[in-house]
Amino acid sequence: MAQPLVKKDDDRDDEADYSPFLGIEKGAVLQEARVFNDPQLDARRCSQVITKLLYLLNQGETFTKIEATEVFFAVTKLFQSRDIGLRRMVYLMIKELSPSADEVIIVTSSLMKDMNSKTDMYRANAIRVLCRITDGTLLTQIERYLKQAIVDKNPVVASAALVSGIHLLQTNPEIVKRWSNEVQEAVQSRAALVQFHALALLHQIRQNDRLAVSKLVTSLTRGTVRSPLAQCLLIRYTSQVIRESAGNTQTGDRPFYDYLEGCLRHKAEMVIFEAARAITELTGVTNRELTPAITVLQLFLSSSKPVLRFAAVRTLNKVAMTHPMAVTNCNIDMESLISDQNRSIATLAITTLLKTGNESSVDRLMKQITNFMSDIADEFKIVVVEAIRSLCLKFPLKYRSLMNFLSNILREEGGFDYKKAIVDSIVILIRDIPEAKESGLLHLCEFIEDCEFTYLSTQILHFLGIEGPKTSDPSKYIRYIYNRVHLENATVRASAVSTLAKFGAMVDSLKPRIFVLLRRCLFDSDDEVRDRATLYLNTLGGDGSVVETDKDVKEFLFGSLDVPLVNLETSLKNYEPSEEPFDINSVPKEIKSQPLAEKKAPGKKPTGLGAPPSGPVSTVDAYEKLLSSIPEFASFGKLFKSSAPVELTEAETEYAVNVVKHIFDSHVVFQYNCTNTIPEQLLEHVSVIVDASEAEEFSEVASKPLRSLPYDTPGQTFVAFEKPEAVPAVGKFSNMLRFIVKEVDPSTGEAEEDGVEDEYQLEDLEVVAADYMLKVPVSNFRNAWESMGPDCERVDEYGLGPRESLAEAVNAVINLLGMQPCEGTEVVASNSRSHACLLSGVYIGNVKVLVRLSFGIDSSKEVAMKLAVRSDDETVSDAIHEIVASG
Amino acid sequence: MGSLFPHRNSCPSIKNILLLDSEGKRVAVKYYSDDWPTNSAKLAFEKYLFTKTLKSNARAEADIAVFESNIVVYRFVQDLHFYVTGGDDENELILCTVLQGIFDAVSLIVRNTIDKGEVLENMDLVLLCLDEIVDGGIVLETDANLIVGKVASHILDSDAPLSEQTITQAWASARDHLTRSLLK
Repeated sequence: MAQPLVKKDDDRDDEADYSPFLGIEKGAVLQEARVFNDPQLDARRCSQVITKLLYLLNQGETFTKIEATEVFFAVTKLFQSRDIGLRRMVYLMIKELSPSADEVIIVTSSLMKDMNSKTDMYRANAIRVLCRITDGTLLTQIERYLKQAIVDKNPVVASAALVSGIHLLQTNPEIVKRWSNEVQEAVQSRAALVQFHALALLHQIRQNDRLAVSKLVTSLTRGTVRSPLAQCLLIRYTSQVIRESAGNTQTGDRPFYDYLEGCLRHKAEMVIFEAARAITELTGVTNRELTPAITVLQLFLSSSKPVLRFAAVRTLNKVAMTHPMAVTNCNIDMESLISDQNRSIATLAITTLLKTGNESSVDRLMKQITNFMSDIADEFKIVVVEAIRSLCLKFPLKYRSLMNFLSNILREEGGFDYKKAIVDSIVILIRDIPEAKESGLLHLCEFIEDCEFTYLSTQILHFLGIEGPKTSDPSKYIRYIYNRVHLENATVRASAVSTLAKFGAMVDSLKPRIFVLLRRCLFDSDDEVRDRATLYLNTLGGDGSVVETDKDVKEFLFGSLDVPLVNLETSLKNYEPSEEPFDINSVPKEIKSQPLAEKKAPGKKPTGLGAPPSGPVSTVDAYEKLLSSIPEFASFGKLFKSSAPVELTEAETEYAVNVVKHIFDSHVVFQYNCTNTIPEQLLEHVSVIVDASEAEEFSEVASKPLRSLPYDTPGQTFVAFEKPEAVPAVGKFSNMLRFIVKEVDPSTGEAEEDGVEDEYQLEDLEVVAADYMLKVPVSNFRNAWESMGPDCERVDEYGLGPRESLAEAVNAVINLLGMQPCEGTEVVASNSRSHACLLSGVYIGNVKVLVRLSFGIDSSKEVAMKLAVRSDDETVSDAIHEIVASG
Repeated sequence: MGSLFPHRNSCPSIKNILLLDSEGKRVAVKYYSDDWPTNSAKLAFEKYLFTKTLKSNARAEADIAVFESNIVVYRFVQDLHFYVTGGDDENELILCTVLQGIFDAVSLIVRNTIDKGEVLENMDLVLLCLDEIVDGGIVLETDANLIVGKVASHILDSDAPLSEQTITQAWASARDHLTRSLLK
């Protein structure tokens, strides 16, 4: 508003509810907006009306399309006014209205005029508005001005252009990328925030170019960064560079660590914290590296500012998961935080203490927690319960007090998630601590006597059925289980019947009693309950005498369903009622999705109930499992290495195929992962025809076609080759996808009867020497090198010809050999003329290999390399030289 | 390359800045992210936030909490509640700096008599402040004096006597000038 800032009515205080927007109504304000059309503009009045419109939008009011258009056109008239305050409000209004493309044209020229105005405030804001509402075509017109603005001497203008650039990079990357020279210049700006915005934009422009990011970080960590915000950015980029060049750092110094450590002494708290956090998150961080970061975080713990305490305790809590010992120094400060007013801080402090505490402090801590639990929210309680679970696993001797604690809180009020967390914890303790089993099961039994959650009741009943019969006195659980048959809903009753049957099957002496109980269930009002009772009475033998249960029956009751549920569902749907009973053996066991998909959605934490007690499956394990399930490949022995998937098709083609190379001692298996991307097609009998004429040492021994490949459901087909044993045979393979294609009616999803045979050319595939090399790090390269001895050492020199840079040459050799760089030696300092690189790995035949590389580059960019190889087998050492010589 | 690692957003980003009154009603809000796509989702978040923080003592000092995988820093004064929200992984102290920025800027605008009535009276300037502190989630400026300088410069010019903030500004720029010449 252009008029004086204060316009307080003297009698305002009498009306407590006074508001300039009291009784504001959209229709009336839209009427008022007519003043925008007055030939004699009243700037103050116009500003007031815009404020009212903005207030309405801010309160969640929406304008119809027509209303918005009318307001927009009226607002554009206000560009005639020279009032600065009004112009600011006009800018704001245009941004809020987010006009359509044809409306944008109306204001473009006015905004472009402002962009070139002498008033800095106009320039900065016009840039922000125009970039917000513009599209690609307009952008090319104003690009020239934006580039100028980036290096404008007024920081507000430069920042406006840079921040707009960051937004535009999402929509028009190819245009923004052309500005990198100007952005580069702005990074050197003296204005703190300009540097921050320029750095953010420059990094986003170059984020896919690792080398460029590395260079940027190298130069800036040596230079001066003015604003704390820019310093935080630089710390993040530095961490990224460290992460991407992560090698073995147990002995060598980590590149850029000194910079991070230096930032711990910065004057701005936000920078100190950012650096401390970055250090704690370094992969494979050592205690020595951690110490300075922990020290500053410890100081934050006793800060008067809640935000600092929270930030510090949250970070230390994460550190405690991996390095509990490093955090123990903070325990005293941490204990005083248990009574912190901010419950988030208190909870984090408690759980950190639980992670770092020792056996003797458990009881004291439990006492403190018991008082604390009553006044925190469920979400915090869950965190505490999870911490107690891991504590109990750490100190199994303390299970009694921890189990008591869990059973006490189980009895108290709480929501589903909280109760589930407690039950899960008890289940895990029962599984892992044998002594805790009996008391834990009884706690669970008591819980289901008064449990309002059907899901938890059924899960506990299932668990009881498995664990209960194995206890010393199974009969004491029967009462709890049978009570469920009387008191609960049908779902819980059915599950109780199954549990009873399990007791009957496992405990022969209980059989007569179980039969009596099961017979009573035959009169249940629910058919599922009756059906289950009938089924179990029949399978268990029926006459109710004390006899041993058949193995088959036990298998039926306790065995897991070894067919994928999706497949079972499809088979059941396809089954037509007939004389022939449905045979579960006819259900295909093949897994349809790629094993890699499992990796993308790893289980966050061990789920107590229902899930088998196994950790997340690694890719290698998944592959191994998959391959060994295929009879043709079962005899190949142990899987040596599986490559990363190699794409054999361009992106967005009809059929997407990638291949994984599985290397065995005397075989190679290609796993082709195929995806059909055409909804109107069903592919059948999919196989890959491999031409191995350029791979002389390989002969095809088996192939496993894919029966059917529906739209968007990945499937795998395999081809296996035999090769000389333990020989790293290399070769090139050309691939042709062959299949029968059937048209699918998109409306019904049904495929036509007849199909046509067709082929689809895939790209070639190579087996290279690196496929026979496993990346295996060594903890201390020098020791390993010395102990290997010079007996089988082979040394030679090579000229690598002209290269783009030293770093590029080093990377090329590392990739060629497929070995693990050690001690961070894969990172080449910029501008250096020579570099030494240490590599380790295991070659096929389980031969350990160590490599020392020395590189030198001259002024004409010619790179020379000295290669020293040590291994236990001189033929292997020679083979490594062979790889380099032929690569 | 970065996407392979579960690491934080490279650039600090602000999801929203909220000014609510002592009953949890909106005074002025600005959302920069799509996490709350509808007005009702926004209102629900505001209500949740308000009830959860109502009991905390965030008057002398900013306080902090985690809500729905977001970090929220907040501060109350009179009948006004200020909130700044960022992602789960955001540097808490950066959020706090933004909160301080908007808090001080609004205080300057209403000349330290900060309450809901004054803020409503100066709604135009408050909305401009929200526009100047963060642009599309990216921190634009956190120095309250500079923000107010940008928002209300025209007022200060027409308001003949030099107000407190312009003196601070003049002092800041003079100091800046001096350090630069010393560094040369």
